[in-house]
Amino acid sequence: MDALPIMAPALPEMFLAVAAMAMMMVGVFTKPERAPALVSALAIAALLATGGLVVAGGTAFQLAFNDLFVVDRFAVFMKLLALAGSILAIVMSEGYVRREGMNLFEFPVLICLATLGMLMMISANDLIALYIGLELQSLALYVVASLQRDRLRSTEAGLKYFVLGALSSGMLLYGASLIYGYGGSTQFGALATYFSTLEEAPVGLIVGLVFLSAGLAFKVSAVPFHMWTPDVYEGAPTPVTAFFAAAPKIAAMALFLRVMMGPFGGLVGEWFQIIWFISAASMIVGSFAAIVQTNIKRLMAYSSIGHIGYALIGLAAGTEEGVTGILIYMAIYLVMNVGAFAVILCMKVKDRMVEDVSDLAGLAKTRPGMAAGMLVFMFSMAGIPPMAGFFGKLYVFRAAINAELYVLAVIGALASVVAAYYYLRIVKVMYFDEPAETIDPIETRGLRVVIAGASVLVLGFIFYPSLLANNAALAALSLLQG
Amino acid sequence: MTELDWPILSLVTFTPLIGALGILMIRGEAAEVARNARHTALWTSLVTFVLSLFLVINFDYGSAAFQFVEKADWLPAFGIAYHMGVDGISVWFVLLSTLLTPLCILASWEAIQTRVREYMIAFLALETMMIGMFCALDLLVFYIFFEAVLIPMFLIIGVWGGARRIYAAFKFFLYTLLGSILMLLAVLAMYFYAGTTDIPTLMEAGFPREMQLWMWLAFFASFAVKVPMWPVHTWLPDAHVEAPTAGSVILAGVLLKMGGYGFLRFSLPMMPLASEVYAPLVFTLSCVAVVYTSLVALAQQDMKKLIAYSSIAHMGFVTAAIFSVNEQAVAGSIIQMLSHGLVSGALFLCVGVVYDRLHTRDIDRYGGLAEIMPHYALVFMLFTMASVGLPGTSGFVGEFLILVGAFQESTWLAAFLATGMILGAAYMLYLYRRVIFGALTKDELKKMLDLSPREIAIFAPLVILVLWMGIYPATFLDPIEVSVANLVENYQAALAAAESGLASNADALDAAARQ
Repeated sequence: MDALPIMAPALPEMFLAVAAMAMMMVGVFTKPERAPALVSALAIAALLATGGLVVAGGTAFQLAFNDLFVVDRFAVFMKLLALAGSILAIVMSEGYVRREGMNLFEFPVLICLATLGMLMMISANDLIALYIGLELQSLALYVVASLQRDRLRSTEAGLKYFVLGALSSGMLLYGASLIYGYGGSTQFGALATYFSTLEEAPVGLIVGLVFLSAGLAFKVSAVPFHMWTPDVYEGAPTPVTAFFAAAPKIAAMALFLRVMMGPFGGLVGEWFQIIWFISAASMIVGSFAAIVQTNIKRLMAYSSIGHIGYALIGLAAGTEEGVTGILIYMAIYLVMNVGAFAVILCMKVKDRMVEDVSDLAGLAKTRPGMAAGMLVFMFSMAGIPPMAGFFGKLYVFRAAINAELYVLAVIGALASVVAAYYYLRIVKVMYFDEPAETIDPIETRGLRVVIAGASVLVLGFIFYPSLLANNAALAALSLLQG
Repeated sequence: MTELDWPILSLVTFTPLIGALGILMIRGEAAEVARNARHTALWTSLVTFVLSLFLVINFDYGSAAFQFVEKADWLPAFGIAYHMGVDGISVWFVLLSTLLTPLCILASWEAIQTRVREYMIAFLALETMMIGMFCALDLLVFYIFFEAVLIPMFLIIGVWGGARRIYAAFKFFLYTLLGSILMLLAVLAMYFYAGTTDIPTLMEAGFPREMQLWMWLAFFASFAVKVPMWPVHTWLPDAHVEAPTAGSVILAGVLLKMGGYGFLRFSLPMMPLASEVYAPLVFTLSCVAVVYTSLVALAQQDMKKLIAYSSIAHMGFVTAAIFSVNEQAVAGSIIQMLSHGLVSGALFLCVGVVYDRLHTRDIDRYGGLAEIMPHYALVFMLFTMASVGLPGTSGFVGEFLILVGAFQESTWLAAFLATGMILGAAYMLYLYRRVIFGALTKDELKKMLDLSPREIAIFAPLVILVLWMGIYPATFLDPIEVSVANLVENYQAALAAAESGLASNADALDAAARQ
């Protein structure tokens, strides 16, 4: 009786899918004024439970659904990060949605669906599964971006994201079809086996690979496919931006890693230059373009482009150390990014959200706690020790040096000095400038906990770096062995 | 002397940080918080100083090995450990840091009135970073402390500085970051070669020549900015001028020494071949620094700027001496760094004294202070003389040893350095004459009060130490002697080994050719 596919490894995903649908029902059948809060709480609980299931599933290498779906230590590591990002996004959105006309129970449900897509992406072991996961995530994200449907900026952001996202999905699909044509399979394992027998990669396959990586580069918003990021970050409601900046990036990066190191692992020589270029370009654009930004959400968009560039150094290295570096970088990026967005979500003057860097003027005097938190996140993003961000950079540079990518490492080092300038500018505005308008006190306990917790993690990482480093190293190993 | 059985280095390093956390906990009215913060900071730094005295008392003068060593696993999977220890080269720098911090806190007692709590936290955090940096025996731990210094210093300059403080703070931060991030890449390369970042192990790693040449440049980028050497010195006058008095003192007293210490700890022992190759470069830059910045100092109207340029000139002596690599020069460079730490710190404090009263650093606004501030005139004279290098003061010992050492290396080098000494006398005496002597004609000066008891308490230890170091330098030279001798010996041995290696290679080639 092997008619029934093995499903146990996908239990967390199935649970989340059912839970999302159940939440929809709950939302419809409760009173409209109570629904959003209730569904939010349920969504957090469902995501937590999914996390529990992911952990309970164990870290052994397992395949399911005729090898479409894979679970290994790498998947578990990335899934937990993505889930953490989603949970924190819901926690942080609490005050904002209530105030800004976004009080819809669909918001947490959509986040759950997007998260489901991410989990599928992380576990995808087949080009079709990859595409399905990606589209589930993207479609949910398009809707979330335009959730404030009566606001021009939000709908514009959603539409832009949709049009460009559809284009990139098309490219990805085209690439995948070429790869299928030349590889004879959509399954990663079979592709890897076949490619390893090739003496030289056919041109069509390379074209397919280029399209596929272009599509993936779009999803992680790496230069030159980054154009949508600043507009969408700026236009989307702030809690949505906070969500965009963390969890989807992690899932897309996981997918990128799995595709490049899995089926195309043997073709490193072919794709190495592409990754090298987008990594260098992302670091440079991310650091220079952010200098002139006045809107803090736009600034964070360029900052995230730069960070992706740094993470991609690890992929360009194409080694186990590189993957370890990326995993550590993304984990740290998640924490500091969530922290920084928690502060941005607190930026409101007399109940009106403000988004300019200059609105933070004198924050150190008016809200010392908030300013101290932001200070920690900014120095961490700039990569100054003893903050956690330094270790992220350390590990990717380590991979680059070991893979003898000296030029890329030097570009990264120089770009980080440029990037330090705009992170310092935020510190300068908060600490050196005189206060203009007083920012309102932190609204919800959730935000306060997130800011404090993220600061403690960023500052305290130095005392016990082994915990993350060792787990990341094991996860990287499992990806390369799988 | 016996090894202590408690982790004294960690204790000295992290006591200030504990004090900073304590200050963070203070609650209450603004004035009360400020007062408590000041007292907590002062007492914490005094306790740290007393603790650091144990280092000197228990130090084994006869050994070049690292002492008070502590080691704990930190990133075991990567061969990186929390490893601390001091030798004769670093022990005095630890003491310099612990001595200057309480003096700085005292100097800021009345000058800093806004955000006192944050100021004290920044200073104590800074102290932890400085001490940790001098004690670190793991390259990565060193780097973390080295770089983390930037954060509190950036805030000290930016928040409590003068009119152009933002420009100065950014320039300071970005210049230093640019240098040190290149060093980080070199650190990683060394890590891959040796498989560890343990400093004592790396000293014996014997990196290949080709690699040394690159590594040396990367380290040089970092330390040359810190020292600072001409032409990457331009951040220093800005940072010094805009920083609050205590910030300038720490900057000149300790932070500049981080560069010199780095050369002694890393460049010479780990990259001896490269050090020899690049020594002429260092000599050239040092000579330019000594002569050029002295001339620039002569033309300054701003007291702090003048002393800042004099710092660059004095550090030029130090870098030239370090790369002369003989016992006199290296010992001289350490003494000169200690002396400069005390003297330039004291000179900045002297400027701070009059600045607190008149709120200007413009030399032309002063004149004739000898009449109304005799104590101040005396103290200022002593430190001016020490800066000039008058026998009997600490400045003389360092400069004399450096000249002796430099003379062995090259006559020209010694000649340029000697020119620097003469110019040094010129600009310091010119400064002194304009500020202290002359007729007391300006009305606003007539109301100025002489040194207060607090200020005397700040200057007293510095006066004693400067004279002590000048009259009986053996106290300070004894602990460093063995370590310096060891350093120079290893350096010469490495060069000799490389030469004989080349020779035997050539022999082997000859033999191969003959066959």
